[in-house]
Amino acid sequence: MPEGGKYRKERLDRGIKARSDTLYVLASWKDLCYLLLPRVVPLGLLFILPVVLHGSYWEKVLFYSCIFGLLSLSWDLMAAVGLVSLGQALFFGAGAYMAGALNHYLGWPIFLSIPAGTLGGAAFCTILLVLVVRLRGVYFSIVTLILPLLFAHLIETLEILEGTHGLLSLSPYPSGWLAIYLAIVGLVVVLFGFRKLLDEDFGMILRGIKDDDRVIMAAGVNVYWYKAQAIFLAGAVGSFAGALMTHYYQFVGRSVLALDYTILPLAAVVMGGTGSFAGAVLGSFILVPLSEALRAMGGLRMALYGLILISALAALPEGIFHYLERKYHQFERMVKI
Amino acid sequence: MESPALPGFQENALKAFAPQRAVREGQVEIIIYGVTNSVSLALMAIGFSLTFGISGLPNFAHGAFYLLGGILTWVFMNQLGLPYLVSALLSVLLIGALGFFLYWGLMLRLRGLAINEVIATLAVAIVIIEVLRWMGFSGFSYVLPPFVRGSLNIGGVWVDIQRLLLVGIGALLVVLLYLFTRRTRTGFSFRAIAQNERTAIAVGIDPDWTAALSLAMGSALAVVAGLTILPLGAIDTEMGYDILLYALAVGIIGGLESIPGAVLGSFILGFSQVLVATFLRAQWQTVVTLAAIVLILAVKPSGILGKYKELEERV
Amino acid sequence: MSQEVLLKVQKLTKVFGGIMAVCDLELEVRRGEFLGIIGPNGSGKTTLINLITGFVKPTSGKVLYRGQDITGKQPYRIACLGIARTFQMARTLQRLPAFKNIIVPLCSPRVTKFRGGKYGERDDVAIDILDDLGFERDSFVPYKMAGSLPHGYLKRLDLARCIALRPDLLILDELFSGMAMSEVAATLPMLEKFHREGLTIIMVEHRLRELFRVADRVMVMNFGQKIADGSPQEVMEQEQVQRAYLGTEVED
Repeated sequence: MPEGGKYRKERLDRGIKARSDTLYVLASWKDLCYLLLPRVVPLGLLFILPVVLHGSYWEKVLFYSCIFGLLSLSWDLMAAVGLVSLGQALFFGAGAYMAGALNHYLGWPIFLSIPAGTLGGAAFCTILLVLVVRLRGVYFSIVTLILPLLFAHLIETLEILEGTHGLLSLSPYPSGWLAIYLAIVGLVVVLFGFRKLLDEDFGMILRGIKDDDRVIMAAGVNVYWYKAQAIFLAGAVGSFAGALMTHYYQFVGRSVLALDYTILPLAAVVMGGTGSFAGAVLGSFILVPLSEALRAMGGLRMALYGLILISALAALPEGIFHYLERKYHQFERMVKI
Repeated sequence: MESPALPGFQENALKAFAPQRAVREGQVEIIIYGVTNSVSLALMAIGFSLTFGISGLPNFAHGAFYLLGGILTWVFMNQLGLPYLVSALLSVLLIGALGFFLYWGLMLRLRGLAINEVIATLAVAIVIIEVLRWMGFSGFSYVLPPFVRGSLNIGGVWVDIQRLLLVGIGALLVVLLYLFTRRTRTGFSFRAIAQNERTAIAVGIDPDWTAALSLAMGSALAVVAGLTILPLGAIDTEMGYDILLYALAVGIIGGLESIPGAVLGSFILGFSQVLVATFLRAQWQTVVTLAAIVLILAVKPSGILGKYKELEERV
Repeated sequence: MSQEVLLKVQKLTKVFGGIMAVCDLELEVRRGEFLGIIGPNGSGKTTLINLITGFVKPTSGKVLYRGQDITGKQPYRIACLGIARTFQMARTLQRLPAFKNIIVPLCSPRVTKFRGGKYGERDDVAIDILDDLGFERDSFVPYKMAGSLPHGYLKRLDLARCIALRPDLLILDELFSGMAMSEVAATLPMLEKFHREGLTIIMVEHRLRELFRVADRVMVMNFGQKIADGSPQEVMEQEQVQRAYLGTEVED
């Protein structure tokens, strides 16, 4: 801090580009690189990694990162419309069980059970949650917290879906490459799809609902219909993750409804930055490898996620991604008053 | 006279709180167990209702504090050799202080967005519970002594004196708390903050102190509930989550913003649980509890006695 | 002004806890009318609007729009039927630019049904509407975040949101409160223009001078009840009205 006199921090956009709401004005190769590099480099890395990591333990970690990335994206979409879910495990479990059940009881092959699991799980969750979508924020969240637990207990007490034993010996992927690339492509499609969606009028209405839903209603727009659509989309993504995981493990049991599948995505998004979708993926790709590296800690990892959540909420509410984005687009300096 | 072996130890119910199965399905048994169960639930819930329903602060670490209080007392007694009364008192004060500082340290920064408060306190709960679980505080050796040993015969049914005391303590606390929120200044300020923070500030109520105090009181109440109920069984870290769910269920069924609501909710849930445990399998209790929460929220979200919230959740 | 009754309110009552906000209210509004609603603070005017537009469910009574019972229907459905309302506190979507606020109603089923005619590209239409209401098209004002606009603009944005819905009935809740004289003077002719073009308007206001210039008829409320209904002059001469606003004489 320079001596003498009062200073304030000033943030300026880097002079490297011109930006308006919808158009990028490119003046040079430097501009082009500036814009494309942050998008192209991570994508390229992501597509190459399976080749690099092939056969190693870390390939599995990459797969899990994609799965949790999908779950985090699912959470972020719901948060964008103002619905905070404390039970992402419900989506995950619905898709997992649906795909597993179709494969186990009806013998459907993978290329049918995964899509059906995705859509079926989404429909199931949407129907459930639409009933409570009128509730004030906290109460909706409480219901999302309770539902996975309720279903886990129902499966146990009613002994449906093979109860505590779970569905075993499900079909594997015809090739390991299919599994990992399906996860990666799914992740990338959903990431860019959601970002595009939020830029369209549909996304604008979602953000408006989060902002002030009475205004939206007074403008003649059916708030509940849009919320239902958001839940369906988020449900589809979560169920897709569940279905993918089911065939990776070739098994589905009550553990798919466990708190882990709720807390890790939550911690990932809050740490990575809510509302940006890229933050959700970033958070997952940090937390999942970290969690694998700390496998020895066992149950203590959940405590770690909790700590990360608390720190993120208290110290860096905007999240890592927004922070990085800000640093990338702007620089700060001290200016004398 | 020696009482029969502590009932309630079904396969996964190390939970001290498991409602007893009325072995002979006699009416007296059902009534007695129903009452003790209901008051237990009420004890667990009032701390949570005080902070969430009455002061507007969702403390999802409520169950974790219940657990932590019990474990701290055990540690003070068995590892530091302190007498019971001292250990108990110390635990209540420490957890109360923890609640107080939880507000100042964390909740203060998140004030305004209720859902962030939920996430934050849930995260705190997870940290506490999982650390305790990792440290291994579960099992038969982790017991707390009851206030009074022995049992009485009531209408042909043997009941632990501790359970009877529980009813007495619970009733006393509920009445005291009701009077507190209705008759004392501090109680008024708790309610004022929840209803309309700005106006409360305008009439001179310090929102932060009030909120911190309500959180401290709620946490302390959680520990008191633990000290009363835990002696009936053994400590299990899973309780950290269960107690939260029971407190939520009681509040939501009866209506969160009133003490009478908490009492009503606890009796409805308490008797339902005993009846389910007696006539169906014990595992159904949790299903009934959870399903009750979802159903009430879907059908009458403000709870049976609630009216205030109806204005807001139409959004 | 036609004889068709557009809005009919029958024995409408709303009780909040122990307070009767609206009490047995009866009201008829014909197509093309300009009705003013006045009354002291707390007389239930905003509650009445909330009851009509579906934001609050009545305790008893009925609201009929074009003969159809709309009592207690969802607000967005009532808006789609053609009733648009502004908010006393000028609610807008703060984190969106001003013109995007207007795109929202353009996405509603009511407007998309009228496709063809004026409603082409949504962005352009939104800017057009804002321009009509004083948001200079060539300036940056329509593109600013709604949250950063001054109060007068926010009120007009609220009004623009209503206009974008192509309503048959426009209900204004204290539109002029907090507006500067110049803004009022600029907005009043717009309302007159809409009225001339056939829009039925109900206007709750405290600024009586401006209201009486444009209103055909005035209804006075006090303590949730209608205490007078007639032309502006008739109403202001009535004793109850004067008492409600000015209080009674203290007898020595």
